[in-house]
Amino acid sequence: MSLNLSTPAFEIIRNEGKCILCQVCVKQCANNVHSYDAEDETISSDDGKCVNCHRCVSLCPTRALIIKKYPLEFRENTNWTGAAIKEIYKQAQTGGILLSSMGNPKPFPIYWDKMLINASQVTNPSIDPLREPMETKVMIGRKPDKLEFDAKGALVTRMPPQIELSVPIMFSAMSYGSISRNAHESLARAATELGICYNTGEGGLNKDFYKYGRNTIVQVASGRFGVHKEYLNVGAAIEIKIGQGAKPGIGGHLPGRKVGADVSATRMIPIGSDAISPAPHHDIYSIEDLRQLIFSLKEVTDYKKPVLVKIAAVHNTAAIASGIVRAGADAIVVDGFRGGTGAAPTRVRDNVGIPIELALAAIDQRLREEGIRNQVSLIIAGSIRNSADIVKAVALGADAVYIGSAAVIAMGCHMCHSCSTGKCNWGIATQEPELVKRLNPDIMHRRLVNLISAWSHEIKEMLGGMGINAIDSLRGNRLMLRGVDLNEKELEILGIKYAGE
Amino acid sequence: MLKEGELRIPSGCAISGIINKKGVRFSGEEIINSIALMHDRSNGLGGGFAAYGIYPQYKDFYALHIFYDNLSVKTQTEDFIAKHFDIESAGNIPTRPVPGVTNKPLIWRYFVHPRTYVVKEDFVDEAEFTSRCVIKINTEYEGAYIFSSGKNMGAFKGVGYPEDIGKFFMLDTYEAHMWTAHGRFPTNTPGWWGGAHPFTMLNWSVVHNGEISSYDANRRFVEMYGYKCTLQTDTEVITYLFDMLVRKHNIPMEKVIKIVAAPFWDDIEKESKELQHELKSTRSVYASALVNGPFSIILGYEKGMIALNDRIKLRSLIAAEKGDRTYVASEESAIRIICDNPDRVWSPKGGEPVIALLEGEQE
Repeated sequence: MSLNLSTPAFEIIRNEGKCILCQVCVKQCANNVHSYDAEDETISSDDGKCVNCHRCVSLCPTRALIIKKYPLEFRENTNWTGAAIKEIYKQAQTGGILLSSMGNPKPFPIYWDKMLINASQVTNPSIDPLREPMETKVMIGRKPDKLEFDAKGALVTRMPPQIELSVPIMFSAMSYGSISRNAHESLARAATELGICYNTGEGGLNKDFYKYGRNTIVQVASGRFGVHKEYLNVGAAIEIKIGQGAKPGIGGHLPGRKVGADVSATRMIPIGSDAISPAPHHDIYSIEDLRQLIFSLKEVTDYKKPVLVKIAAVHNTAAIASGIVRAGADAIVVDGFRGGTGAAPTRVRDNVGIPIELALAAIDQRLREEGIRNQVSLIIAGSIRNSADIVKAVALGADAVYIGSAAVIAMGCHMCHSCSTGKCNWGIATQEPELVKRLNPDIMHRRLVNLISAWSHEIKEMLGGMGINAIDSLRGNRLMLRGVDLNEKELEILGIKYAGE
Repeated sequence: MLKEGELRIPSGCAISGIINKKGVRFSGEEIINSIALMHDRSNGLGGGFAAYGIYPQYKDFYALHIFYDNLSVKTQTEDFIAKHFDIESAGNIPTRPVPGVTNKPLIWRYFVHPRTYVVKEDFVDEAEFTSRCVIKINTEYEGAYIFSSGKNMGAFKGVGYPEDIGKFFMLDTYEAHMWTAHGRFPTNTPGWWGGAHPFTMLNWSVVHNGEISSYDANRRFVEMYGYKCTLQTDTEVITYLFDMLVRKHNIPMEKVIKIVAAPFWDDIEKESKELQHELKSTRSVYASALVNGPFSIILGYEKGMIALNDRIKLRSLIAAEKGDRTYVASEESAIRIICDNPDRVWSPKGGEPVIALLEGEQE
């Protein structure tokens, strides 16, 4: 088929007066957008290949490049938008499922931005975190319903294993394979320095990174890639991944071209073979099966590691979460529909699942009504963009949050939504050695540490403003939130009052 | 206008407490004088007292003090009480007219004992049974409110300055071995007498100064375990926390204090391995029972009195001792006005309790 109806998404504007023909743009672009003609001594750019990752713009020494939305307009139509039309061209051309990367970009309500945080005035004092202690430490793990002491006052109850987090933030599951080795190393080193955890994702754990085990959550997903006894025991906790916010109900697919020698060894699959994770775990077709997997993993690790169960936020999430507690999980992870991904079917990413804010509020409330909220930790994920989102999440009832997109952005991701191509110019979502080496873990782990430290300062300021000096006292403290631009039903589900009430 | 319980009213306060650790009883005059000195810490919108040891002749009966809005709810409530309890004695609580104390509800007192067969049916002990009945009446009987339900103790409270409320209830005619008092400075009118303090549940009484910022976290925690916070006050939720931790979870008082005013993580790290493990466990399991923000409280129960500040002492609290007596108050002057030359006066540190128990009692 020779007819190709697709048009460029971006236009590259080169200021000829500024361009010194140094060819940095040519060398930096893995998509081969820019090319140098030695005879004419000119650089030309193919707009059609550009994904707008800003690599060339950022590295151009004379700031000669600008990338803009391609000015081609379709006739105005609120129903048949340009994007809708282009997607049809693409599918008519290929016959395939549309693929997208990163989280749901559609204009659904962002509830974080419709909730506002309280502060103390007169009747109680705000607390200055620069002058008074301000605690952000949380303990993730199962809690007994009550503690028992013997006649002498010694603790009799055996505490289940806990992971200590200095701030209630962890780096989300991103597998080695979907992201590069250097990106993984940056996350691992940052988590270790910060006293938090990062998550291996479903791709196993490279032996070189075992030394960061105390700050590692090892994942067990439906493909069971890289899962073995040593792997399970090396981490601080184990996470069973049932679902992911970006693609609830869908498995995963790591293309064979990303499976080089190192990824192959880590995942325990042949070099160059596709790594396909089934949609369900084929040993979990029901909640009682989940219990068996939880306890198999506990047996393997001698009951020393908390077992987390991660689900995507879907319609019946509250009841499912309750079942997970009763199945024996130490913590529940809920991933909202804006959660990022290396690759997901576009239709699934944009239409399946529910907002994390509503899922979180509903789960926390349901578990309280059942009297079992205190037994487990509740961790949420799915587009936490800043420290205020975290404060709001904790006030709604979360123990901690996972951040994925924010972490890769800290490492240089420019949200070009092209992870699935494997040609990440920033060295994050790629396995090509030339690209991977662009990401320097010495620098990038520092940027991650900076980000979390900055957020932690901001969280402390907001806690102090509320007159709270331990994050424990914010958890589920919904009186600290007020809603704006929300209807009665939304307020009811979020369990908060309207501003002014 | 909404009344207390339908909205959350921030308040400042004065508190005072006296105990004779030998159990010698004395009249309510001194505690009235102490709280009266701190007149300016109240604004006439609430005052009250708790007295322990006042009903020796009925010491084995639960003393229910009840406010009624009208006679019909009184009849309905008495029906319920009669079905669940044997009533040893009933009558109105004697009061005398005092200028500044107006709009009084019907104020009744019953000495009761739970009916054995009803208690057995519910598979609970008498205390749990009684507390459930109290919560039921307070949540389901509109216009009836049990504001005191302990044995050999009682709360007396109302809308007015505390010294006027004390005179109104004729507390000078009662003798107790322990008295606590509360003068309230709410930002809004509470609208009804039940909103005044102390707040009580069975033998617990709490007077409290502060506005806790952890309120909703604490409320949603205790409500998981059968409590209902109908008043939306800090005092109510603090009382339930103590009731749950001490009575239901059977945790020693000294450890309960380390839960509600938990040591900082940094300080925990400095302890021995064993103690570290214990403190980390209590902090993680009972994280939602940490009371945060400014508070000073005096907790009364059958064993004695415990006064406690928040972890960074954001509210004033002074203690003193003389002979067999221990005093605590928001201001030192409120102690000195009734105790000439205390043997010892000190300002307890944040999170460090003043524990004054009757002789022979242990935490």
